[in-house]
Amino acid sequence: MSGALTGLPRLESAGLDGWMVRLFSRIDEANLPWLTALTRRCEAAFGDALVDLVPSYTTLLVVFDPLRLSPDEAQRRLQGLIADLVPDDAGADGAIHELPTWYDERVGPDLPRVAEHSGLSVEEVIACHSATEYRVFALGFAPGFAFMGLLDERLEVPRLDTPRQRVPVNSVAIAGRQTAAYPAVTPGGWNLLGRTTARLFDRDREGFSLLAVGDRVRFVPVDRETFEARGGDVTPMEAG
Amino acid sequence: MNRMRSPEGAFGFRVERAGPLALLQDAGRFGVRRLGVTQGGPADLHGWAWANYLAGNPWGSAALEVTFGGLTLVAERDLTFAVAGADLGATLDGAQLPLWQRVRCREGQRLAFASPLNGLRAYLAVAGGFVAEQVLGSVACVVREGLGGFDGRGGKLAEGERLGVGEPAADVATLTTAPYEARLDYRATARLALLPGAQSADFTGTSLYRAFNMAWRVDDRADRMGVRLTGPRLACRIESLISEGIGLGAVQVPPDGQPIALLNDRQTIGGYPRLGALTPLAASRLAQCLPGQEVHLIAASREQALEEHRRFRTVFAG
Repeated sequence: MSGALTGLPRLESAGLDGWMVRLFSRIDEANLPWLTALTRRCEAAFGDALVDLVPSYTTLLVVFDPLRLSPDEAQRRLQGLIADLVPDDAGADGAIHELPTWYDERVGPDLPRVAEHSGLSVEEVIACHSATEYRVFALGFAPGFAFMGLLDERLEVPRLDTPRQRVPVNSVAIAGRQTAAYPAVTPGGWNLLGRTTARLFDRDREGFSLLAVGDRVRFVPVDRETFEARGGDVTPMEAG
Repeated sequence: MNRMRSPEGAFGFRVERAGPLALLQDAGRFGVRRLGVTQGGPADLHGWAWANYLAGNPWGSAALEVTFGGLTLVAERDLTFAVAGADLGATLDGAQLPLWQRVRCREGQRLAFASPLNGLRAYLAVAGGFVAEQVLGSVACVVREGLGGFDGRGGKLAEGERLGVGEPAADVATLTTAPYEARLDYRATARLALLPGAQSADFTGTSLYRAFNMAWRVDDRADRMGVRLTGPRLACRIESLISEGIGLGAVQVPPDGQPIALLNDRQTIGGYPRLGALTPLAASRLAQCLPGQEVHLIAASREQALEEHRRFRTVFAG
């Protein structure tokens, strides 16, 4: 790992029951196989003492039971894991998902704003957003909410000044260099481009969340007819 | 998922008045944070653990977290239970209910929580524990995520709803009343142990001095996600980070310089710099503070914190 100049990787205290393993200083697809490898090694090395793992763009938060494994011992184990870490290329490809998406102003009210901001036409915004294969960098904010990137630089638009109180479920959205789809109705400040038919979080499904860290995602434009036929909700924003 | 239906006769209480917020909480939901699912569980681990222990339940049993009060339950049969944590002016058939001890009631008796007298959250544990269907390995009720609780969907209690209870454990705790030192006075100024870490070195020296030497006030923006503290403005050399995992008790400082201590229902990842993390028991203590109360942040060592946590958990072991 190339971290000599930044002091990475390093361990930071995250309370009595946690260590933050900081591996990288910037968001990069190339981080994923390292994070995957560390996640798997932690599961093996901590066993029953492992309480939770929270991977994100550049870090892995390791939460353990301090009564089963002292914070000092947990630190030593993590130092050992990091010392000879090799990227897990087996999992580097990630599962591939295609999310059928109806891009339309009625369900993606920020299409004009994004177009104006980027200097592209609405059609070009849609083409640009659906052309990229995104990687899932982290899940958070809400169950099954996947932060994906990196978005084409031309579509980089700031969040809304005032977040919406209720973003409809399955809304496809962008903010900064990231994109996401809302698994549930929540408040949200991202720019809405359309709506997908994918079931993003389903507690009756094995694994619960459709998307996992490291997965590859492509948004596939569909017309309204196809969207409806696949069970998509066409209720416009105003009525929601 | 269908609503849990306890077999006839296994109901413990009927809800006569739901009150503002009463949530079913077991130890919490674990191993699922990589899915973006939060921890849940009791905001005050101390009160929850004592209520379960005194009711004769093993660690991790589901108890009812009653916030603020306003809840009235009617016993559907003879029951053994305990209420610990906050004093919400609870009564049994109109008579003051003794807290921090095992209580027996008869079918038809009315258990009512009024309003906060000391602390904010009371824990009602019934012998055998409340039962509901597990969702992602836990019955912990997280309203925002629509997970857990008696209906499995994070729903609030409804009037007329009947609450299922399990079979009491054969081995009941030897203590039927909590020792004096366990009965915390939540009105006193809280001294909250904080383990420095994360980005603490990125705060200015003045800010670090103020953080640990000046009084903080609990803001009214406080819930199970987090508690905002108001006081001196803390300055950090970094305004935001690439989002990363957030542990229980993490104290994050947004650009306005006013810290937020994150509790059980926090979002799983976040991007504000952090001063460190409250110990689990300090986070519990903060969860019992009412808006306007004064608290102090005390820098603690890992050794001290671990020792304190061990002492606490030893009581409930076995």
